[in-house]
Amino acid sequence: MIVQTVTIQGHIIDSLILAKVLDAIVMLGGTFTLSEVKVGTQREDTSHATILIEAPTMELLQEILKTILPHGAVVETEEDCTVEPAPADGILPEDFYATSHLSTQIRWQGNWIEVPQPEMDLAIILKTSPLSAQMVPMGSVKKGDLVVTGRKGVRVFPLERPKERDVFGFMEAQVSSERPHHHIIADVAKRMKAIQQQRKDGKGSGKVLFAGGPAIIHAGGREALAWIIEAGYIHVLFCGNALAAHDMEASLYGTSLGYNLGIGRSVPHGHEHHLRTINRVRALGSIQQAIESGLIKEGIMAACIRQGVQMVLAGTIRDDGPLPDVITDSIKAQKAMRAAIPGVELALLVASTLHAVATGNLLPASSPTVCVDINPAVPTKLSDRGSFQAVGLVMDSSSFLWELARELGWEG
Amino acid sequence: MCPPDHFGIEYEINPWMRVSNQSNEERARTQWKTLTQVLENEVGAKLEFMEPIPGLPDLVFTANAGVIHEGKAVPSQFRHPERQGEERHFIDWFTKKGYEVINLYPEINFEGAGDLLGFPDFWIGGYRQRSDIRAYAQLSEIFQKEIMPVELVDQRFYHLDTCFCPLIGGELLYFPPAFDSYAQTVLASRIEQDKRFAVPSQEGERFACNAVCIDRHVVLPTGCPETMAWLHKHGYTTHPVELDEFLKAGGSAKCLTLALD
Repeated sequence: MIVQTVTIQGHIIDSLILAKVLDAIVMLGGTFTLSEVKVGTQREDTSHATILIEAPTMELLQEILKTILPHGAVVETEEDCTVEPAPADGILPEDFYATSHLSTQIRWQGNWIEVPQPEMDLAIILKTSPLSAQMVPMGSVKKGDLVVTGRKGVRVFPLERPKERDVFGFMEAQVSSERPHHHIIADVAKRMKAIQQQRKDGKGSGKVLFAGGPAIIHAGGREALAWIIEAGYIHVLFCGNALAAHDMEASLYGTSLGYNLGIGRSVPHGHEHHLRTINRVRALGSIQQAIESGLIKEGIMAACIRQGVQMVLAGTIRDDGPLPDVITDSIKAQKAMRAAIPGVELALLVASTLHAVATGNLLPASSPTVCVDINPAVPTKLSDRGSFQAVGLVMDSSSFLWELARELGWEG
Repeated sequence: MCPPDHFGIEYEINPWMRVSNQSNEERARTQWKTLTQVLENEVGAKLEFMEPIPGLPDLVFTANAGVIHEGKAVPSQFRHPERQGEERHFIDWFTKKGYEVINLYPEINFEGAGDLLGFPDFWIGGYRQRSDIRAYAQLSEIFQKEIMPVELVDQRFYHLDTCFCPLIGGELLYFPPAFDSYAQTVLASRIEQDKRFAVPSQEGERFACNAVCIDRHVVLPTGCPETMAWLHKHGYTTHPVELDEFLKAGGSAKCLTLALD
């Protein structure tokens, strides 16, 4: 696709000039994104629009430009981005360009280069041989890396509305406990089925990411989630020590944080169960060993191991143990999570503030995301931190998982 | 206004002009004189004149001098080199008369009141044939006015004032086929149907819309009976003037005048 930005200003709205220009682009076979429209507030104020035109060939782009320039469109003069070498390892030049999680390109020697894997709050480094660009976290930059500075020669593409007419098409964080959630869950299930079908047909390798907290186990969502994983609907799991520990505790003792999940009350010395569980898994060396040795027979971890789900367990300060699989260096954990992001076509962030926000920070805006939490502050926080694409669902995680599993065909 | 002392068809820059179809000097002078008399005596206009210049046959069409509003004058920047020589004479005249002269960006073409006409609360700017649409973004900043650009699609109606005539009571005479469909939609949405008169082809081609409206008087070319009837019905007094010598150059009553307010 050849891309060109044009601007147009004047009384372009009521005069239908903007409409005419956009019609012309489409009629000639191009597509457009209105990346910015400033409408005058007073009648005599002029309006201003920035239009990003995409055309399959350079000839067609020229044809489009030839047609729209007489209507006032002005080709935006393009400049290369500026770069400065990083002054030291882990230190960016003062005026570094901070990324968004939207699709981004930089211009170098007259060519626009796609920056792969958009992620918010990183820097962009330019590599000259071969010519490429990469987003890197501050801490990973090496002395002398050419870091993009300023805003010149950087363009960011607004999020395209997905073609599917489902809840993700509206891209609004519906953060309210007082809205019906059934249709959202139905849309999530539909997406999961579609991704699974494409994988089965060899037509795609899209992944569903699940990031969750231990409340899933405490509140009774374990069985439903284990079924969803066992049925092959989840491909990446992000969690901490607790989700895994309490899941395996439930398998060994029938309890979660000492509460018997069957009878619903605490059992004597139950608070030790998760410590004993962690200890036994540590003795075996890994969660995989715990499953394969037959120690842990069912549950979320067992389903993940059996289905080959890629798991990243990130540790925190208060962790007991932790389990041997937990990555305790948070920068290493962040890297491992980042490495699992490419290909994620749906992200479910359930009952964990920490993992929801951490995952949200890593996801490109193009990944449909659902954040489920009983506390409305969590989806709000997620969208406040920039993950505006996330659909917020204020409800109990267990109810969510049960309903989702049933939508997917669970008869439990 | 500018006397037609040096008027003639010396080049062809619109479909009306044919060097082979020369204007008659004497008839042109008489027709122009009649127009001045009608404007002064019947309509009550106060006229000012500029000096004709040899070699600038179209200087007579003063509507293209520029546009004047509240003491400011934005002079034309002609598309055709044939008329670019007129620019400095119009600028001199504006300066001499004490107008604040504001120039548009030099790369922009704009042909004055020939392409910019309006109602009190919004103006319409014709583009594509002579004036560039970009002129109107700059003009709306200069005059603090809403200016709706409309695309002119018929080469015979190369200036807005050849196919569009706003009247003092908010009515409009216009020739719809001269506009693209977007412009027709815009005009239809801005001006109520009973206030719009789409002049019939025959009268449109006689430049019925190239009329001068002062108060409830409309001075227009002869041969436009339906337009006159509509105007009468809407309370206007009409003053038809034979101006066919000027139609040979693609102009009529309105083109021969520039409103100074």
